[in-house]
Formats: sequence, structure tokens, C-alpha cells
Amino acid sequence: MSDIEQKDKPATQPEWVKDERTLTNSALPSEEQDWFCDARPRRVEKHWQVLENFMNWARAHSLWILAFGTGCGAIEMRPLVTARYDISRLGMQMRPTPRQASVFVIGGYVSLKTLKRIVRSYEQMQGPKFVVAVCSCAINGGMYWDSYNTIKRIDEYIPVDVYVTGCMPRPEAVLAGFNLLKKLIREGKAEGQNLYADKFDWYKANQKQVIKDWNMPDYNW
Amino acid sequence: MQELLDNLKELYALNGITLRNPSLAWAEVTPERLVGLLTQLRDAHGFTHLVLMTCVDWLEDGRFQVTYLLHNYTTRQDLGLHVYVGRTASELPSIHTLWEQGRVYQQELHEMFGIYFPGSPGLGEPMILESWDGPPPMRRDFDTRVYSEETYSHRQRTHHEPEQHMKDRLYPED
Amino acid sequence: MSIVAKVFWAFISLGVVTIWGLTLNGIVHKIFARVQGRLGPPVWQPFIDIFKNNAKRTAISHGIMYYLGPVFRIAGGIGTYMFIPVLFGSPYFSNFSASGDVLLVMYFIFFGQLGMALGAGEGGHPYSAIGVSRGLSQMTAFEVPFALSVISLAIQYHTLNITDIVAAQQGSFLNWTLFTNPLAVIAAMIAMLGMNMYNPFSVVIAPQEIPIGPPTEYQSAFLGLLATNRGIFNGAKLVLFMNLFFGGATNIFEMVAKTFAIYMFSVFVGAAYPRFRTEDSIRFFLKVPTLIGIASVLLFSL
Repeated sequence: MSDIEQKDKPATQPEWVKDERTLTNSALPSEEQDWFCDARPRRVEKHWQVLENFMNWARAHSLWILAFGTGCGAIEMRPLVTARYDISRLGMQMRPTPRQASVFVIGGYVSLKTLKRIVRSYEQMQGPKFVVAVCSCAINGGMYWDSYNTIKRIDEYIPVDVYVTGCMPRPEAVLAGFNLLKKLIREGKAEGQNLYADKFDWYKANQKQVIKDWNMPDYNW
Repeated sequence: MQELLDNLKELYALNGITLRNPSLAWAEVTPERLVGLLTQLRDAHGFTHLVLMTCVDWLEDGRFQVTYLLHNYTTRQDLGLHVYVGRTASELPSIHTLWEQGRVYQQELHEMFGIYFPGSPGLGEPMILESWDGPPPMRRDFDTRVYSEETYSHRQRTHHEPEQHMKDRLYPED
Repeated sequence: MSIVAKVFWAFISLGVVTIWGLTLNGIVHKIFARVQGRLGPPVWQPFIDIFKNNAKRTAISHGIMYYLGPVFRIAGGIGTYMFIPVLFGSPYFSNFSASGDVLLVMYFIFFGQLGMALGAGEGGHPYSAIGVSRGLSQMTAFEVPFALSVISLAIQYHTLNITDIVAAQQGSFLNWTLFTNPLAVIAAMIAMLGMNMYNPFSVVIAPQEIPIGPPTEYQSAFLGLLATNRGIFNGAKLVLFMNLFFGGATNIFEMVAKTFAIYMFSVFVGAAYPRFRTEDSIRFFLKVPTLIGIASVLLFSL
């Protein structure tokens, strides 16, 4: 939660006291509501710019990708680790679990069913986390612009740092997208995690608007 | 193949028998006699493989055409059976007792066309359309474009004719 | 030397071995990449990864034991290292070695894995549990030839003190255990393949199968701690093998050269061979290496 909202809270009240801003997880069965956390994501402030610059350099040179093939664009991720393109020379590697990854690659069209998994995986990633959306479908629906089951704009549901156009983009284009992401990280502009924390209610409202049977915890980390 | 269909024609009231080639034939059957026919084809005539089960929406005729395609491995023959069922409150007998994978096809047809198969396990569970509350989307009277525009927010698009666009960019003075 | 100075120098040597172990990791990744026809990550990539993991802004915990898992692991790594004399004859790099320390070191090699198993189990991820069970069973298997070879060494040199074992190998390279007791060295080197968890025995973290085994749920600084321990533990194991079998080292350059050469053995094997399944690797360890170990024990006890 942002600074202004934090000031509204009485100073004497500890963090764990439940108030109206506590998440309820009301979509879950009552015995499961306590299994998940009820705290909102919090904005993380950076303090020491010199240290932050160094950390951003380290983050940019050690991008770990969450290898989650959401659509057909995921096919273009596999050549990246082969000898021809070899992202490991840039310090990147595929990571099988969202806990350890820092880049979420949305590979192509996002159906409603996938969106649920995307939201959960994104929330399970540890910050700072970045999102690269590959393919036209993730940008504006692409060839699925009139489909009944495809999300048209992924940036209304999770914050996106870099878009890569194409149907499907060549691995060179994806690499160019990753280079742009690196540049943004080193300039300190890739703050998707803080954006998600600041506009948490807006993102949640958007997600719940299209996911009709919301049966997940409200914030899953 | 012709001989087999002639034999079955009386018993199961087959209609519209067409022989496309020596190894592929089509026939129509009524929903009441479907399960009996399939059982006999599977057990007595060697059509042991359910290749697919699919549906076509004939909106103008007001009926669904459900197709069962069977394959015989010993004679290498295919036999397709059409079943017609009305578009409202459509209901067909379940064949998951004959072929277990029929359950998945029936689940999909229920989800996409709204056809009800009594007794088919897991019929109400969502398969592809999780988090969906609209009408069955493969029915032809469902307008996917209108639904998409009402449900999702769209990004503003600009359209360029490639030839004109490149002309304008490269040779603006022409 | 006073105990304060000893502690000070122990920390210096810990720093040296951490940096050397992580550099070795980077070199190994580079070699594997070149074998596969890739350019590969830079040699300093493990350091960047550790910086990045520690610079993560959020971290989650699953309970006390989950916290303690990486702590036990790194305690096992540091504990292993602290009782191994790094340089023979140097008062500065001899750490806290004392009589009977081979047994203590072998215990510490096991200790970290056990702690990690408890911590990873608390994470609750099913792949962690699979990785832990595989890791522990494989470790139990390769401990057998390694323990037999250490027993053989104890019979040969009549001591369990690493410094004394190194001292007995001084003079000429023909005095190394490698030449005086080759059977024990063969058994122990095969056990080292299992310890390093490169390819024939990499089923514990099998990246394409169970995502990455025990550390599936670990993130942020926890993962940084585990990665740091990889460097320390690597260095400690290599120094131990150098001391026991390859005549130890009298200066730091000799240590670097020898540990690098020892490590290359498991890297060559790892780059060339496919992966064993768990039961196959257990069967492998309990057959030929164990027999070689028993032979070396019999040879010196009869």
C-alpha cells in the first residue's frame, strides 16, 4: 500500500490487526480462508541510490525467466536457449518455479483459463519482477481480436514492462525485447511490482470482472 | 461394407447410406437406436475404435448433427454415423460405457453446444471454458464479436494498408 | 597463535575458498556450454546471481524449519571447511584442524544435506520432497565407498588427523596416496562424482524432470545463501580430497591448481555421460566402487 494510505492507519495499530483494508479471501470456502495471507502487496521504497544502481545492474545481468508457455509464442522461447541464440551468455536462464524467477514471459494469446494461472504465478514471484509480453495477441488480441475467450489487453491485469510485437516474433526480436528490459531495469524504470502494489484494487477489479468464477485467494504469495 | 450396412438397415432404421469409397461410408441413425447400433458395430463387426465425435450446428434447419466416426482395424474401414437432434433441450444417450474416451468428447460438446448427455461423468465440470458464464459459444446464433466487444476492453487500433503506408513513409512527396 | 588470530585467519581462508569455489562453478558452466557448442555465461555469473538473489525485495517463509534449512546447509559447508587444513605447514591457512578430524568432516558433509532435507520438506512442495528423498538415498549410497576409502587411509597411515595424513605424503609425488593406495583413491573419486551432483548423478536436482528438486520453494536471500554454500562446499570437498589423496598443498597456487585438476575429473565425466536414475545410481555405488573400497581396506589390514 502506498505511503498516503499508510498514514491513514493509526500509528499505534500493529500490522496484523484486521481492518477494512485486510483481504478477506471471501471466494474460498470458509475453512480455507485462513490458509492464505490477508495482507496486501506493499510498495517497496528504495533508499540508497548508489546501492540501488548496483543492484539494478545485478538484476539486469541475471534475468531468470519463468518458463510458462501461455500461448503459441512460447515456441519461440525454446530457440533462445539453443546454441544459435544462447541467452545464457547474457546471464539469463529458464527457471522452472515462479518463486525464483524474475521475468515473466507472456508467450502469446491469453485465454480466461490461462489468465487465472498467470495472475497466480505473477503474484507468487518475488519482487522486483518484470513482465515481457510477446506476440500481438498479448498486446491487442491479434488474430483473436473477436474471440469470445481471449483477453485483449494483458496490461489491465498485470503490469507489463516490455511488449514484443510480431505473430510470432523471431527470437532476435525477443532478444531485442530483453535488451530493452535490461536498459529499463538499469535506469530504474521497471517498477512493475510497485505499480501492482499501488494500483492493487484496480488490477483486482479488472481481474475479477473477467474471471467470473473467482475461486482463488485475493493475493497469493 | 455395403453388405454390412444392408444387413443393419432393417434392424436399426438407417437412413441416407452413402458409400464414399470402399473403405468409408456414412449413415444416419435415430438417437433411440444409436447405442444399440454402436454396441453391435463394436462387439460384432470389429469397429473397435471411436475416432472422433463432433457436432455441426445447422441453424437454418434448427437441429444439431452429431457425428460418430468409427474405425475397423482388421478391415481398415471407417464408418460415420450422423445423429440429428433438436437445438433446444438437446439430449443424446451417453456412450461413455462403450468407449471411455467418449466422456471427454461429450464434456466438450456439452460445453461448446449445450447438448446434454445423461449419466456422462464429469459433464458439468468446465474443461476449456473455465471462468465462463456465457451461452455455449459454438452455437451459431452466439455472436462472438458482440460478446467480445461487450466483455473485454479493447486497445485502440489503427489500420494501415501496407502498400500505401510504405509509400507514404518512403516517398511522401509523390 | 592466539585463538583470535586463528579465527581471523580462518575467516580469511573461508573468503578465499568461497571466491574460488564460486569461480570454479562459473568455469564449469562455461565448459559445459562450450561442450554443447554455446558461448555460455561469463565466469563471474555465480557472483551476479548471488548479488541479485540477495537484492530481491520480498521473501516469503513457510515456518521456522524452512528458515533453518539453508542455515543448516551453510553451517554444514562452513563446518566441513573449518576442520580441514588448507595449506600444509602454513599457520595461517590451517583453520581448526585437530586429531580425528576426518570423522568430523565426514559428519559435516552429511549434516548440511539433512538440514536442507528438513527445511525443504517444510516448504510443502511435492517436488521438494521427491528431490530430498532422491538426494538422501543417493548420498547414503556414495557415502559407502567414500567411508571405506577413508577407513583404508586410516589403516594405512595409522591416524585420523588430516594434517598427519598430509605430512605422510610429503617428499616426492610418489608418496601421494594416489600412488601408495590407488584402490582407495579410485573408490573415493567415484564417490566424489556423486557428491558433486554433475551428470551421471544429477537426478537429485533433475532440472527438466522435477523442476529443481529440494530448493523448489526457496527464493531471494535463501537461494543466495544456498548458492554461496555451493561455492564453500565445493571448495571444502576439493581441499579435502587434495589433502587425503593428492599430497596436500604448501602454497595457495598449488592448492588452486590441484583443486582445479581434481574438479575437472567430475566435469569431464559430467559433460560426457547421461543421467542415471536414482535406483541405478544407488546400484552403481553399491557394486563396483564398494568392492574396490573393500579391496583397498583388505589390502592394508591383512
